[in-house]
Amino acid sequence: MNDFLYLFRGGAAVRAALSPELMQAHMLKWQSWMGKLSQEGKLKDGLPLQSEGKVVKKGGVVTDGPFAEGKEIVGGYLIVKANNIAEAVEISKACPIFEHEGTVEVREIASM
Amino acid sequence: MPENRAGVDELLEHVFRHEYGKLTSTLARAFGLDRLGVVEDIVQDTMLVALRQWSFREVPKDPTAWLYSVARNRALDHLRREKVAAAFAQVVVDESEAITELSHESLDSEIQDSQLQMIFACCHPGISAESQIAIALKTLCGFSVAEIASAFITSEATIEKRLQRARKYFRENRVKLEAPTGVALQARISTVLECLYLLFNEGYKRSHSDGLLERDLCLEALRLALIVSDHFGDSYHEANALVALMLFHAARFDARTGADGAIILLSEQDRDRWDPELRSRAFDYLARSGADSFETHYHIEAAIQATHFLAPSFAMTDWSSILALYKRLYALNPSPIVLLHMSVSVCEVFGPEEALALLEGLPLEDYYLYHALKGDMLLRANRKKEAFDSLTLASSLSKNEKERMLLAKKLEGCN
Repeated sequence: MNDFLYLFRGGAAVRAALSPELMQAHMLKWQSWMGKLSQEGKLKDGLPLQSEGKVVKKGGVVTDGPFAEGKEIVGGYLIVKANNIAEAVEISKACPIFEHEGTVEVREIASM
Repeated sequence: MPENRAGVDELLEHVFRHEYGKLTSTLARAFGLDRLGVVEDIVQDTMLVALRQWSFREVPKDPTAWLYSVARNRALDHLRREKVAAAFAQVVVDESEAITELSHESLDSEIQDSQLQMIFACCHPGISAESQIAIALKTLCGFSVAEIASAFITSEATIEKRLQRARKYFRENRVKLEAPTGVALQARISTVLECLYLLFNEGYKRSHSDGLLERDLCLEALRLALIVSDHFGDSYHEANALVALMLFHAARFDARTGADGAIILLSEQDRDRWDPELRSRAFDYLARSGADSFETHYHIEAAIQATHFLAPSFAMTDWSSILALYKRLYALNPSPIVLLHMSVSVCEVFGPEEALALLEGLPLEDYYLYHALKGDMLLRANRKKEAFDSLTLASSLSKNEKERMLLAKKLEGCN
């Protein structure tokens, strides 16, 4: 079993227009998706990220960020256990983010 | 989810919707009704934060307090960004801080007060009934424009217009968030109750269409009516009568619909499926609706419902009492619609010919139910040919698939 990082990007534009009722329905899908992963012992870690942050550049230049376009902003991450990248990709396909035109980047975490 | 028990508990399932409404009412107090648009943006933003964070874990034990602190920060950010006059900002800061520092109990009562004030603002007599309902659903109940449009089977543009008219009225007349007192209260409370009654009816009469939203309209009307009756029920008994009426109807929600979604008429309903908890709460409210106070149509309509609930079966219903109640209702509100509904009890007490005589010539030629009831009574009078014509006409006037299915079944009986 190796660890894989899921980076969730985008979907914010669609979400912003949801009614409270639809937001709640969407939230429940995330909870049940992650709950299932957790039950199966596949979920190691994961948190959402605030949309505001800072970007630090050479010379101590600090700006508000991230400045990426909405669809590229990382909204959260998970660390999932899987046998290989193919399985990790398969697991990610049930992620509710696809309902809102978001993406999941799946990366294997290099073990030391 | 259509099998869900319709009850007050079910309301708790709409956390996002109701928290939206609570936040909007409470923030509107700090910002003022003229800036309702700003408030709604902040609240929508806050709900998005909740969506993101709660998706990854559970909903916090106290979602209200959690949302509160997020919304407060968003509100302050907004004010800073807008660079509004420092003095004004200070007022808002103080208010927001005071709100955050409230103990849990007083936060609750603060929210209750704000919601009550918002109910009075939305149901302002200067605003048309349809705009009252739209703005209440938007701000107090957290419905989106699309959801309101879908519930009322109209366009989003139409709902937008209704909302704009309400907001414009707030701005131009500097409507304040406050619950009126004294003589003003007397005048205003009847508008509030009438608006909630209409909202409930809108949901009730559409509750056999396909969406679940229609039942939600009823439950939202009930929730708001409960807030009003909690505050004023002791001095304005008609608020309790209205709640009783709504609870009686809510108790029959599930029994009105078959497993296949078909309409089940009162005469066919399985009375064991009438919700006993809602029924008993309805009787409690009815008992507190003050027999000595002046009688409103809510009192009479609730009493009619109560009579049905007291009957072990349709056949054993005390139809004479129901007929007497309809006569009182007609004295209060002499409308053909009342006569239409009265005809059912006339039919049970005196027979179909008397009922048909009552229906004859009512100016309801365009209403499917008029012809449907007429068809029913003609059938009972064994005038099958005429019954067939009436039921066919009813079917062509109905805009609802479920109604047409029911009429088709009755048409079979005409052969």
